Amino acid sequence: MVESSSERLVQIRGLTITYSPENSRSIRAVDHASLDIRPAEVIGVLGESGAGKSTLILALLRLLPAYAQYSSGSILFSGRDLLTLAEPELRKLRGIGISLIPQDPAVSLNPVIKVGEQISEVIRAHLAMNRRERKNRVEDLLREVGFDEPQRIYAAYPHQLSGGQRQRIVIAQAMACRPALVIADEPTSKLDSALQAEILALMSEIRRRHGTALLIISHDPMIFAGFADRIAVMYAGRIVEEGNTKDIFRKPLHPYTQALVRLSTRCFTDAGASHEALPAIEGEPPDLTCAGVGCPFAPRCPERMQVCTSCDPRELKSEPFHRVSCFKYGN
Amino acid sequence: MGTDVRMWDASSGALLRVWGLRKKYVRRDAVWRKSVPVVAVRGVDFEIPAGKTLALVGSSGSGKSTVARCVARLERPDAGEIRMGDVDIAELGNRDLLRFRTEIQMVFQDAVTSMNPRFSAAEIIEEPLLIQRRGNNAARRSRARELMNEVGLSPNSADRLAMEFSGGQRQRLAIARSLALQPKLLVLDEALSGLDLSTQAQIANLLLELQAAHSLTYLLISHDLPLVARLADSIAVMSAGQIVEQGPTPHIISSPTHPETQALLAAAKGFQSAYAATLGDSL
Amino acid sequence: MRYVGRRLLRAVVLLLGVSTLCFLFTEMAPGSFFDEMRLNPQISPETISALRAHYGLDQPLVARYGRWIASAVRGDFGYSIAYNAPVAPLLWSRAKHTLLLTTTATLLTWLMAVPLGVWTATSRGRWLDKVVAVGSSLLISVPEIVIAVALLALAVRWRAVPVGGMMSLGFEELSAWGKLQDVLLRMLLPTSILVLASIAVVVRHIRASVLEVLDAPYIQAARGHGIARARLLFRHVLPVAANPAISLFGFSLAALLSGSLLVEVVTGWPGLGPLLLDATLSRDLYLVIGGIMFSAVFMVAGNFIADLLLLASDPRIRAGGPDAN
Repeated sequence: MVESSSERLVQIRGLTITYSPENSRSIRAVDHASLDIRPAEVIGVLGESGAGKSTLILALLRLLPAYAQYSSGSILFSGRDLLTLAEPELRKLRGIGISLIPQDPAVSLNPVIKVGEQISEVIRAHLAMNRRERKNRVEDLLREVGFDEPQRIYAAYPHQLSGGQRQRIVIAQAMACRPALVIADEPTSKLDSALQAEILALMSEIRRRHGTALLIISHDPMIFAGFADRIAVMYAGRIVEEGNTKDIFRKPLHPYTQALVRLSTRCFTDAGASHEALPAIEGEPPDLTCAGVGCPFAPRCPERMQVCTSCDPRELKSEPFHRVSCFKYGN
Repeated sequence: MGTDVRMWDASSGALLRVWGLRKKYVRRDAVWRKSVPVVAVRGVDFEIPAGKTLALVGSSGSGKSTVARCVARLERPDAGEIRMGDVDIAELGNRDLLRFRTEIQMVFQDAVTSMNPRFSAAEIIEEPLLIQRRGNNAARRSRARELMNEVGLSPNSADRLAMEFSGGQRQRLAIARSLALQPKLLVLDEALSGLDLSTQAQIANLLLELQAAHSLTYLLISHDLPLVARLADSIAVMSAGQIVEQGPTPHIISSPTHPETQALLAAAKGFQSAYAATLGDSL
Repeated sequence: MRYVGRRLLRAVVLLLGVSTLCFLFTEMAPGSFFDEMRLNPQISPETISALRAHYGLDQPLVARYGRWIASAVRGDFGYSIAYNAPVAPLLWSRAKHTLLLTTTATLLTWLMAVPLGVWTATSRGRWLDKVVAVGSSLLISVPEIVIAVALLALAVRWRAVPVGGMMSLGFEELSAWGKLQDVLLRMLLPTSILVLASIAVVVRHIRASVLEVLDAPYIQAARGHGIARARLLFRHVLPVAANPAISLFGFSLAALLSGSLLVEVVTGWPGLGPLLLDATLSRDLYLVIGGIMFSAVFMVAGNFIADLLLLASDPRIRAGGPDAN
């Protein structure tokens, strides 16, 4: 795979975001993150709570609260630096250039507006159509996300729908204006395992049909198997490893990635493994208010070395398309 | 009554015996319409031998949470028996139930909403002791610290408020609270769902340790069949209010017979084959 | 429709309960209308007994109650002893004036409070919000009587508006336009007192409920879809924030007849308040009971209208369940 300098859809370079809330210490939520997304590419961002994934995607949409500062870096979307754009221009991008599928559909839909109207609102914000045209478009979208009776669903309220149905509605909202990039924040974590597969299949279909690039956040690597092109692993606000899905699964380099992959494939043991302890990672996620020295994963790393606690393993390429920040692979 | 296939001995070693459990709820589409009864559980039978784990799995709406709530007597079943030892707790009134509350405890899915965020860790763990009037202040406090140690929390944070703990830590706190009264049976209602992978693993391992240390019996409710396979001795699959298949874990996982079980396994199998494919077609 | 029917039934039961309590309490309260007369040596005891019999006051409580209910459903609420006139028309003639005052005041209050509440919520933390916060705290902590007396004093001092009563002495001779002007000018003072006394609470409530919605995840999601600020506010935020506001509005409606007693007495407005006050002090039995029942009907109706408005505006309530009621 030749790394051409072809048109990158999104180019994040050295992004650092610090939260400075009034009465607390400041937190470096994202630490010098760099990531590329090509058109129609599916990127998985793997990380657990507090790793900075939500901050990263809110940063892409410039929806961070007032007490968040963009300390450094740039975010290029189709060549324009989002950090320099003013609010009116950003509003023109949100929903139609970049779109978000929020984390919990149960609370991400307005309780007093019909769901069909809520999808229509997104269209109304960006495209010039009359009511009838919008309604037709919404019904098409509802069919596309798997509803057999679009008219009935159009007039439903969120509390009348099941969890899986609501998830489809927010997907329809995100796709309403055919954005170039859709960000999905933990699209499957609130769902039953059976529904998870369905929703992932739906998103895969959307990518295939519309050439949409997808940025999927998840704490479970298994979601990305057979779906994502590349995976970026986040820990303590940094991207500690990034590579093709194949490489990440076959040969995870960073000890954290290795542990996560091992955990998520735990179910594939034979049935006689009952009562056997799971290969857990010891320790707790790092406290981001204390800016420590050295690799943030060191306290929990089974392969910790002397240098890990004293020096910072900034990005070191291991192979051409597989980068990792770990002293195991060089200095 | 039940449409199950029992694969193990209905021996007298059963701690919990449930027979013919039924529960319905009433639902109304609009405030001016008639209420419609919805049958959540229609005739469920199972047993859990002492010291073992039974997993109750199914998709949402299958009725598994309702069963859990009936067993823990947070709800009163419409019909059926729930026997612990000789006593049928399904019919007990509130006062008699108080004694059995010490035998059966529940751990909920969302540790954030199942405990008062403004209580300190010690207060949360001591509360059951307080309600059951066990010991004095000092005894309760030392028991709380002991339990915190056991679940992997530092006893020094006993005075920290619940909201200052992380999600995984709060779930440990919930488990500590449930152990305060030395119950025999823990009902874990999706207690492992919605957690990060590593936290989930830690909590699962903790539950295994605690089970061995205290000979606890677990009724584990979940929709995640593969995870549950690690923890459970036997599995009962629920669909539309009934148990459609049950048996020892190895049997259910390797050769499921009912389509619902197969469907639940299919999702995991789907990921498994995607994973294999990802690894497989490398060059 | 069953919902409406159930609510109406509840309303009727409530009114029956209020009337029972009325009778009980007036019975328990010491004294009667004729006490003063008794003290007057020139009036013989027989006259008094005759008067009492005439007004049915010598009957046992239950009988009196029964008769009252029977005639009430026919629209006859008894006789006022002091005015020697039927209660209902008397009440209505005064209630009209009260309603004029309170309806205007309520409308003005809400017309000003809603935009102000919404505005301070959207500009949270900035100078407007802070100024309004301080101002509303001040207003809330000052009792209504103090506001009333203060404004009264100012009005008299500055001779800004005519004070006392609803109409000037030569009212009848004025032209139609003159009459209107006269009433409006005289309304200025009592209306201002009422508005000042109640606006702060409404602003606070509206602000709180709008703020709560602004922070909700579904509004964040809508922002993520690029929905413009104005549209977001009016189409997405306000309909949800309306729910608690409607409940509060229901209270305002409920208090239309009963909330202005103090202001009317202080400013001499010829409304229901002063009438009832006098009637209570002089034990004019049926006037008191009639007045209380009239207020109670308004209360119940106000709440009922609020319930209907809530039903119309919030689909979650239409569906029943934990959010309803």
